Amino acid sequence: MGTIPQEHYEPKEGTTAKWINDRLPIMGMMDHLNKFPTPKNLNWAYVFGGILVLFLVIQIVTGIALAMHYRVGEYSSFASVEQIMRDVNYGWLLRYAHANGASFFFIAVYCHIFRGLYYGSYKAPREILWIIGVLIYVVMMATAFMGYVLPWGQMSFWGAKVITSLFGAIPLVGESLKVWLWGGPFVGEATLNRMFSLHYLLPFVIAGLTVLHIWALHHVGNTNPTGVEVRKQSIETVKKDTVPFAPFYITKDLFAILIFLIAFAFFVYFAPNYLGHPDNYIEANPLATPAHIVPEWYFLPFYAILRAITFDIFWIIPAKLGGVLAMFGAIAILAFAPWLDTSNVRSTTYRPIYRWWFLVLVIDFFVLMWAGGMPAEGIVPLVSLLGTIYWFAHFLIVLPVVGLIEKPLPRPETIEQAFNEKYADKDDADRGPSGTAAAQPAE
Amino acid sequence: MAHADDKHGHVADEDRRDILFLATGATAAVGVASAVWPLIDQMNASASVLALSSMEVDISALEPGQEMKVSFLKAPVFIRRMTEEDLATAAAEDVGGLPDADARNPNHPGAQATVEERLVDKDSDIIVLSGVCTHLGCVPLGDGAGDFNGWFCPCHGSHYDNLGRIRQGPAPENLPIPVASLDGDILKLG
Amino acid sequence: MKRIIASVLTAALLASSPALAAGKGYLKDHDFSFDGMFGAYDQGELQRGYQIYEQVCAACHGMKHVPFRTLGDKNGPGFSDAEVKAIAANFEVPDEEGDPGDTRPAKPFDYFPTPLASGNPPDMSLLAKARAGGPLYIYSIMLGYTGEEKEVGGAFLYENKAYGGYFGMAQPIYEEDVEYADGTPETLEQYANDLSAFLMWAAEPKMVERKQAGVWSISFLILFATLVWFTNRKVWAKVKHPEDHA
Repeated sequence: MGTIPQEHYEPKEGTTAKWINDRLPIMGMMDHLNKFPTPKNLNWAYVFGGILVLFLVIQIVTGIALAMHYRVGEYSSFASVEQIMRDVNYGWLLRYAHANGASFFFIAVYCHIFRGLYYGSYKAPREILWIIGVLIYVVMMATAFMGYVLPWGQMSFWGAKVITSLFGAIPLVGESLKVWLWGGPFVGEATLNRMFSLHYLLPFVIAGLTVLHIWALHHVGNTNPTGVEVRKQSIETVKKDTVPFAPFYITKDLFAILIFLIAFAFFVYFAPNYLGHPDNYIEANPLATPAHIVPEWYFLPFYAILRAITFDIFWIIPAKLGGVLAMFGAIAILAFAPWLDTSNVRSTTYRPIYRWWFLVLVIDFFVLMWAGGMPAEGIVPLVSLLGTIYWFAHFLIVLPVVGLIEKPLPRPETIEQAFNEKYADKDDADRGPSGTAAAQPAE
Repeated sequence: MAHADDKHGHVADEDRRDILFLATGATAAVGVASAVWPLIDQMNASASVLALSSMEVDISALEPGQEMKVSFLKAPVFIRRMTEEDLATAAAEDVGGLPDADARNPNHPGAQATVEERLVDKDSDIIVLSGVCTHLGCVPLGDGAGDFNGWFCPCHGSHYDNLGRIRQGPAPENLPIPVASLDGDILKLG
Repeated sequence: MKRIIASVLTAALLASSPALAAGKGYLKDHDFSFDGMFGAYDQGELQRGYQIYEQVCAACHGMKHVPFRTLGDKNGPGFSDAEVKAIAANFEVPDEEGDPGDTRPAKPFDYFPTPLASGNPPDMSLLAKARAGGPLYIYSIMLGYTGEEKEVGGAFLYENKAYGGYFGMAQPIYEEDVEYADGTPETLEQYANDLSAFLMWAAEPKMVERKQAGVWSISFLILFATLVWFTNRKVWAKVKHPEDHA
């Protein structure tokens, strides 16, 4: 364990960089970030961290601009959003980018989480890195939920009411907690105002947690598709396994970001309301519930888990509380993955049995997402329940048991070896039988 | 992948890389600039604000000697129909002896503060003034107030005459005239 | 892993498809001028649609988020300044300078007023975005009356196939009800098309600007991505194929 050895930054005597760095070691920090030794064998599944940083920036920047025009209030929120859409210069772009930005933020975060689960990124010594990540995800969900309330459309209002009512299920304090959250006996102006205040605050909490997340990452180093650690004995061994972050991962991440942005731009410019719900273009009306309340798509799997518990658990936990516990538990259980996984192999690539269970987990996630978006009738409650059971079983049973019984596949000794083998194969294919140079070790 | 294996190919390769890097960097700069522009432009006046930047006032009910106050761009505008007598007193004044000889009229830029140049339209009897004292921004009192039968600013005692020209007190300039035009009985501001 | 990522994207889109949330009604098939990536509003269509709104809908439905001045937008109905003024003057709005309850003729900077009408007719500013199916829903409603009606508790309800049952609005317009000055056929289909287009514009007045910006943005991103792809390949070549760079 321990951090990856990296060349010490020493600015030249007499330079401005030296003057600054002697007073605030920011030049050294930039140099550390630029030259950070990153495993050279990272594949395209490792690009989502960069995408997430960009989307945090997009959301904060467009959000600040929107807040310059948004007028929070029971009678002004909806109209001010319409003024943004119609009268503010590029207001339509800011709002559509912000609304769809939330969706794409979640697409990226789900890819990032499942990448972490697949490559065992949560395992020692990265437990804290992983837990900070889970916290970021939880704060993201809170932020997105509050942001969806702000236009004060029908879905905003009823979503706020239904989700905050969950806290009413907590024994003893539930009712008073709900009134406290609402700022009164009903969802109204007071509720809306505090949602705006917190929606403005929480992204900066996310930014702070992201700094911790990246700090931890730079201390322990990236994982990689082999799960084999960088050889940290000396700067020389590190150089064989890694490349400096700049320019190698700048250009690679930038390419991935642009591809992601093309998809994002398609939604913003050509299908801006596709991921939204038409009912949110109707102003909030406390006297009429929409026929079918659905949360935003990124909440659907957990919404399905919430609705799956329709029975009292062990006769002591009433169904309403059971649903709430299951929903929060389904997220919280992610944080325990480092200790539930008993395998000594990081990467699922070398885990012949677990790899199938991982696939089941991914499918389960989409099944739950589907179930969360359907009215709770017919086969849907049963599917939700089975999906919920598997979600918990995966973490509580599959992760510990498979780790004990599975015989892992042979892994490469070093990252360098894995990397060279991969490109040697490709070079051979490119050049035909005469290409012998590629078999030589890199120097 | 087509890699250059000979020496000449290598040199060409390096050149191409430089051009490639330059082109990519330049494109990145264009991309950042065009992403930033909407964020800047959103702070410019919105369409709903611009829609209020011109205004029409019906002055048909205004009798000679009467004045009205309208709110335009969140500030008062005084509109007064002058009497024959007003015009005569104002015309008798020597413009050169006034504290501020400039007409302060964007409709007639650079003109002297004569009766014709202070009126919204040379042939009309309508004077339109921005109701903000040029001293420190208070709203002067009207209807013949002050020692010169025009406007008087109660904050620091500036006296304006019936053409809104500063005559006495700390205010440095005549009351400015807003951009305005007259079409029959309709006064268009802005 | 790549396949998993691809399926994440696809499934996320499928699961959230508004089609799943569509009602029990039946929507007609129709191509609008503004469909697709390059589709734009047709000015004649919007002006005729406005005519229907004013002569038929405005009696009951307001448009409180739409200011009269936007009727002059070049990417909207494109009425002249004089026409916009005249249109605004046809509507009475509350006079904030008069006594409570006083009204005055509207000015271009005012918003379409909400008429007093029984049964809470929905505001039309955002109707084309507030219904599953959007403008197609409005189009289908206008053509969806079966002629069946029934009386429930003293109120008449009318059957509409697009609504998928009975609702409170009687068929609002019939053939040749509104006279078109430009010789466009005065059929119900034409009326439905023109009004749906006008309401889509009312709900999304910046659509044309948005699509134009989209074509530029995506073209730019594709160009940029291509350049970065080659740059990235060049950058990595030394690491992946060190023998070529000895």
